[in-house]
Amino acid sequence: MSPDLLKLIFGRLGFESLPLHEPIVVGTFAVVALGGAALLGGLTYFRLWGYLWREWFTTVDHKRIGIMYMILGIVMLLRGFADALMMRGQQMLAFGGSEGYLNAHHYDQVFTAHGVIMIFFVAMPLVTGLMNYVVPLQIGARDVSFPFLNNFSFWMTVGGAVLVMASLFIGEFARTGWLAYPPLSNIGYSPDVGVDYYIWALQVAGVGTTLSGINLICTIVKLRCPGMTMMKMPVFTWTSLCTNVLIVASFPVLTVVLALLSLDRYVGTNFFTNDFGGSPMMYVNLIWIWGHPEVYILVLPAFGIFSEVTSTFSGKRLFGYTSMVYATVVITILSYLVWLHHFFTMGSGASVNSFFGITTMIISIPTGAKMFNWLFTMYRGRIRYELPMMWTIAFMLTFVIGGMTGVLLAVPPADFVLHNSLFLIAHFHNVIIGGVVFGAFAGINYWFPKAFGFKLDPFWGKMSFWFWVTGFYLAFMPLYVLGLMGVTRRLRVFDDPSLQIWFIIAAIGAVFVFIGILSMLMQFAVSLLKREQLKDVTGDPWDARTLEWATSSPPPDYNFAFTPVVHDNDAWWDMKKRGYQRPLTGFRPIHMPSSTGTGIIIAGFATAMGFGLIWYIWWLAAASFIAMLAVGIGHTFNYHRDFDIPAEDVIRTEDARTKLLAGAK
Amino acid sequence: MTVAINPSQTGEPVFYLADEHPHPEGWSTSLGFWIYLMSDCLIFAILFATFGVLGGNYAAGPAPKDLFDLDLVAVNTSMLLLSSITYGFAMLTMQQNKIAQTQLWLAITGLFGLAFIGIELTEFAHMIHEGATPQRSAFLSAFFTLVGTHGLHVSCGLIWLVTLMVQVQKFGLIEANRRRLMCLSMFWHFLDVVWIGVFTFVYLLGVLR
Repeated sequence: MSPDLLKLIFGRLGFESLPLHEPIVVGTFAVVALGGAALLGGLTYFRLWGYLWREWFTTVDHKRIGIMYMILGIVMLLRGFADALMMRGQQMLAFGGSEGYLNAHHYDQVFTAHGVIMIFFVAMPLVTGLMNYVVPLQIGARDVSFPFLNNFSFWMTVGGAVLVMASLFIGEFARTGWLAYPPLSNIGYSPDVGVDYYIWALQVAGVGTTLSGINLICTIVKLRCPGMTMMKMPVFTWTSLCTNVLIVASFPVLTVVLALLSLDRYVGTNFFTNDFGGSPMMYVNLIWIWGHPEVYILVLPAFGIFSEVTSTFSGKRLFGYTSMVYATVVITILSYLVWLHHFFTMGSGASVNSFFGITTMIISIPTGAKMFNWLFTMYRGRIRYELPMMWTIAFMLTFVIGGMTGVLLAVPPADFVLHNSLFLIAHFHNVIIGGVVFGAFAGINYWFPKAFGFKLDPFWGKMSFWFWVTGFYLAFMPLYVLGLMGVTRRLRVFDDPSLQIWFIIAAIGAVFVFIGILSMLMQFAVSLLKREQLKDVTGDPWDARTLEWATSSPPPDYNFAFTPVVHDNDAWWDMKKRGYQRPLTGFRPIHMPSSTGTGIIIAGFATAMGFGLIWYIWWLAAASFIAMLAVGIGHTFNYHRDFDIPAEDVIRTEDARTKLLAGAK
Repeated sequence: MTVAINPSQTGEPVFYLADEHPHPEGWSTSLGFWIYLMSDCLIFAILFATFGVLGGNYAAGPAPKDLFDLDLVAVNTSMLLLSSITYGFAMLTMQQNKIAQTQLWLAITGLFGLAFIGIELTEFAHMIHEGATPQRSAFLSAFFTLVGTHGLHVSCGLIWLVTLMVQVQKFGLIEANRRRLMCLSMFWHFLDVVWIGVFTFVYLLGVLR
């Protein structure tokens, strides 16, 4: 075939795009391909495709979508953590003239992919998954406001993850750092597909995130059960509301800034170029206007989880509910007024830097208020040291350290010394791992019995906990030291041999965390095997306080046979205290949304379009775009999107639960 | 258990609704669409901000004074404003349940929208022909992106309009279609408001600059 025709069909994709010269990548590919083939073969052998398609892929049930988000987050955690291990290994070895084992081309992709995956495809799915699962249950709703959109949002997130994973084996990923600053990320310095993979993965996933934000705001505002006024909402629902407001108010900024970068790269415009009037610092400003709210998007739900866990396991009403809500709202607003602290070194002058330094320090006040609220909730409580509570206490200790180094970095003169140093790396891992990751694990251990009807195994949970926590300190405290000594981030080789010991300690810490992750997988496996022993039929294994524990575990499709009526902040606690009796008769048909395959199909075309745009396969991009439009419009011609669960089915489900409950007593 | 069902007789608190009515269809749609519009508004806000920062960087290339034909832009603006009025008429006739008239006003709205897009494309073609391409300077990059994004929105609105006209023809002015027309109405007027911003800040102030 002529080269022109080949180019028309395959764009810039060719055999040379496959990273066959990188033994590490080829080895990884072999493992992934074998594992993938085994998985697909197994699914086919056990004839599970139909089941998966009907019950999971096309579902609009917020609970199943939530679980799928969690699975996505955990799978991507393995990938993102593999990158972390590789970096730690490289930096530990590359001393005394050694080049380590990763070449610069590969190493730069590894640190970029690590950051992108951990934020967008681990932390975001974990947080979104928990919100999706828990919020409708906490507010006594049957589903979210827009169930189809929820399914679509999830698959768009998956589409973004698929593109990032594809970059490992087809072509390469960005070598620019996780925020892809121009001019480095512009076409002149990154002419290959790496940055394009970055752009389109985030754009596809970003659509999903924005829509899911709109969906959850509407759910919380419009679908609360009778009696649940705003100031009676559980704190997790409050923090979810604020997080989703932040999502809707910040992700469009990311969309625009990435769109402008792609115009620079594809069309040759001059937004972020050095010549023709472009301004690279415009990009840095814009992306941090999204980026700073993003960290609060991640940590606010974690704060919500800690609030639920602390009051449940202290057996007390949350201390200072009102101040907790106000602190959350204040953080939401302030998170928009601090973005410039990420680049005090831009040279915007003393007045601007002082403004942003002061706003940054002010954020520590509402955050500190929350910390005291949790402490006072525990004060004179009957604390049960179950796994969720252990993660919460680890969070409180760790996050305070991370918060204080954050205040230190907020001082502009100090920041000029510490900017882009390992001190910064240690700081944000300190708050993201100590806050978001510990929060997600607290949430997983707390709500797992709700989702599956049995608790997680405590032994492997404790293994995971101790390895994670000690591993975290071993891995990141040395980075604080190195940062204070002036070591900058993203370095591949080192000259000064006296630094090596700190990198060795950090690598040992990473191995500890690795054991922690393996223990967590073990915890899932062991719990599944021991599910009969760990079983909970009451639906309320922790003697908890909020509405999600009022229904069975796992909850029926319709969540609540009758819509609950709420009188108190701790609605379920109030019901238990005042002798609530579960209704046994009078069931009615329940109106529910129907499953649809449209979400996964459109998201599939969006991913294909992204792939076409990355590789300049224009026909694929155009065809996928038209297909998306056609399927989307076609979907609007379907006016019958819901059905009624017949009363007999409700009766059968509820009777089964009545028997179970009777057996438990 | 009966206590909870008959609270009035016993004075016990009610913990669930025995007689429940599901939320009406489209219960959250207006709010959801509003929030979506606000997120879209943010997209325009960032593009305006970008234009504000980069709009003076001509890079020794053409400036607004050399490029903008205010008469043409005034005609174009009137096309869009008129389309908003006619969409309003479509909504009024929809309230009166008059399918044919609603369709007629929608069609007229679509034609005005089409005229707007046509004039905009002519303007773009003319500028590009004169060498004022999006690649020429940061000012032109920002100009084409801001105005083009608005044009892209209007084009999406046109596709949506045609789809809705087909659906109204097929299924009548049923509740779902009324809701959809309402959403498109908000979208269409929103684009009008954005265009007034474009007209003022990009064209009028640009020529003054």
